[in-house]
Amino acid sequence: MTRRLLSRLANPQLLALAGVLLINWFLFPNFFRITWQDGRLFGSLIDVLNRGAPVAILAIGMVGVIATKGVDLSVGAVMAMAGAVAATLVVAGYPAPVAVAAALVVGLLCGLWNGFLVAILDIQPIVATLVLMVAGRGIAQLITEGFIVTFTDPVLIFIGTGTFLGLPMAAVIAIVLLVMVTLLVRKTALGLFIEAVGVNRAAASLAGIRSRMLLLYVYGLSGFCAAIAGIIVAGDIRGADANNAGLWLELDAILAVVIGGTSLLGGRFSVPLAVVGALIIQAMNTGILVSGFPPEFNLIVKAALIFLVLIIQSPLATRIVPVRMPAREASK
Amino acid sequence: MSRSLRPLFATAVIFAIAYALAVMQFPSMFSTRVLGNFLTDNAFLGITAVGMTFVIISGGIDLSVGAVIGFTGVLVAVLISWAGWHPLAAFGMALAVAALFGAVMGLAIHYLQVPAFIVTLAGMFLARGGASVITQDSVPVSHEFYDWISDLVIRLPGGGRLSFIGLLMVAVFVVGALVAHRTRFGSYVYALGGNTVSASLMGVPVARTTVGVYMLSSVLAALAGIVFSLYTSAGYPLAAVGVELDAISAVVIGGTLLTGGYGFVLGTFIGVMLLGLVQTYIIFDGTLSSWWTKIVIGALLFLFIVLQRLIFAASAQGEKAS
Repeated sequence: MTRRLLSRLANPQLLALAGVLLINWFLFPNFFRITWQDGRLFGSLIDVLNRGAPVAILAIGMVGVIATKGVDLSVGAVMAMAGAVAATLVVAGYPAPVAVAAALVVGLLCGLWNGFLVAILDIQPIVATLVLMVAGRGIAQLITEGFIVTFTDPVLIFIGTGTFLGLPMAAVIAIVLLVMVTLLVRKTALGLFIEAVGVNRAAASLAGIRSRMLLLYVYGLSGFCAAIAGIIVAGDIRGADANNAGLWLELDAILAVVIGGTSLLGGRFSVPLAVVGALIIQAMNTGILVSGFPPEFNLIVKAALIFLVLIIQSPLATRIVPVRMPAREASK
Repeated sequence: MSRSLRPLFATAVIFAIAYALAVMQFPSMFSTRVLGNFLTDNAFLGITAVGMTFVIISGGIDLSVGAVIGFTGVLVAVLISWAGWHPLAAFGMALAVAALFGAVMGLAIHYLQVPAFIVTLAGMFLARGGASVITQDSVPVSHEFYDWISDLVIRLPGGGRLSFIGLLMVAVFVVGALVAHRTRFGSYVYALGGNTVSASLMGVPVARTTVGVYMLSSVLAALAGIVFSLYTSAGYPLAAVGVELDAISAVVIGGTLLTGGYGFVLGTFIGVMLLGLVQTYIIFDGTLSSWWTKIVIGALLFLFIVLQRLIFAASAQGEKAS
């Protein structure tokens, strides 16, 4: 059991995260220093957790979608919509729990809409979610009437910037979500069903899996996660910015999932490793910032990272360097 | 023939109806001035959309085009304003860089066997990041060549102006349609989108065609970047953010199937014009806010996707019956 745990810890994603953190440490010797101040932890590592939380939450939702051979391009726009709904409602005088619940329902509905297009109308996921990606930001602006809606509601601000047991609230939410979704897919047959649909939807349906319902769940979860991330981001800046909230975060989320070893061709996925992927991305962002490089290098480093991961994952590389595949892969 | 042209016909009819409704509300929209501006204002989008049509017919997708437009604009502006190059030399350089860029993406897609959208996503990051590393500010371009080109207009009766870049877009569409429907490369692209495996069994050079398609898309995006630079007389690293979505929307609205193997370059032209019409209508109306553009484009996209499904379901049943 311990050996299995050790071999799990020695996987490429965690090694990559350790590598990035070490490079950060070389560039910025105080990187690992964590201090306790005013009832909360401070330090670059905590910052990585805090800033990485929205992408990690998006990635948790995105994993299931990509595992079914799909993709959800609309999560950034859904974030903007959820933030807009929450902010507009609290400004209009509704209590914060109502606003948060409404935002979550909006996210869920958006996800179900995507799921409806993919599962019932059989539209390609990339196109189906493109509709909401294009229109969603417009709808968000419609909700905020084109303004950046700022609010002073303490509950919403707490979700974005508060602390729980010294940890940033955003990170706590991400961790809770991670544990819940991981238990849901690994302690029930749900994960197996998702993989089956990802490998071959027709075969999965013939084997008795209700693939349409499953796709609806998966896209619904993605929209729900996007709404949570949207509320966090809105709480963080104390306002809903329909134009910029969650802009391009769908790409970061997809990248995190891919770095986490989930196959874009469906059928193999890992929720915790996708979160590790999100942390790798954020650790790189933070590293580039603290080491004084201009933030523009970020995009180039990200592009290089995608190519690296693609080369490692490609069939070409596995032919040249035989890589140990997870047992589930080998049985195919 | 009539069955395969049905989506194209549907798009054309919807454009005609939409334009007629707009003209009924604002009679001044029916003028050579508005039509001329349609071409000029959407020139860069149209040129990009031609490349995107080829990519989508081949069964792929290219998310990097907006970033390539931004990068080209910055590269051209920097070469002209800072390095003192002649614009034509700068244009040649930009097209060559884009060709190389597209070739690398095509090679990666073919040989690494990864989905096109993740490779072109990396390409988008690379091009956008490269542009931002060169400069973060808007670099103005003032050169007599630019003035000369912007003076190249054909005046139409009724105050309309056919600009050079508008005509260039029309020319790109005509050449694109000829390449798609009348050349061997064009039929290879269709074959690839229909079914890659059977295409390669039939002797289609899959590697060469894939690389060619992405080179074409990047080169046309660079050409669009040059047009954008002529249009705005400046280069800005964050220019044309999200144009890839508009281009994909135009292609889909134009009746091209996103699953590949089926589509028309001419349909994309109507798609671009329809997007232009939505924008012009919103400007004419004046009371509608600009974000309605996005919502209407999203709704149109949805409408056409559903329409395509219905038409194809109907024709598949018809084929079975016959």
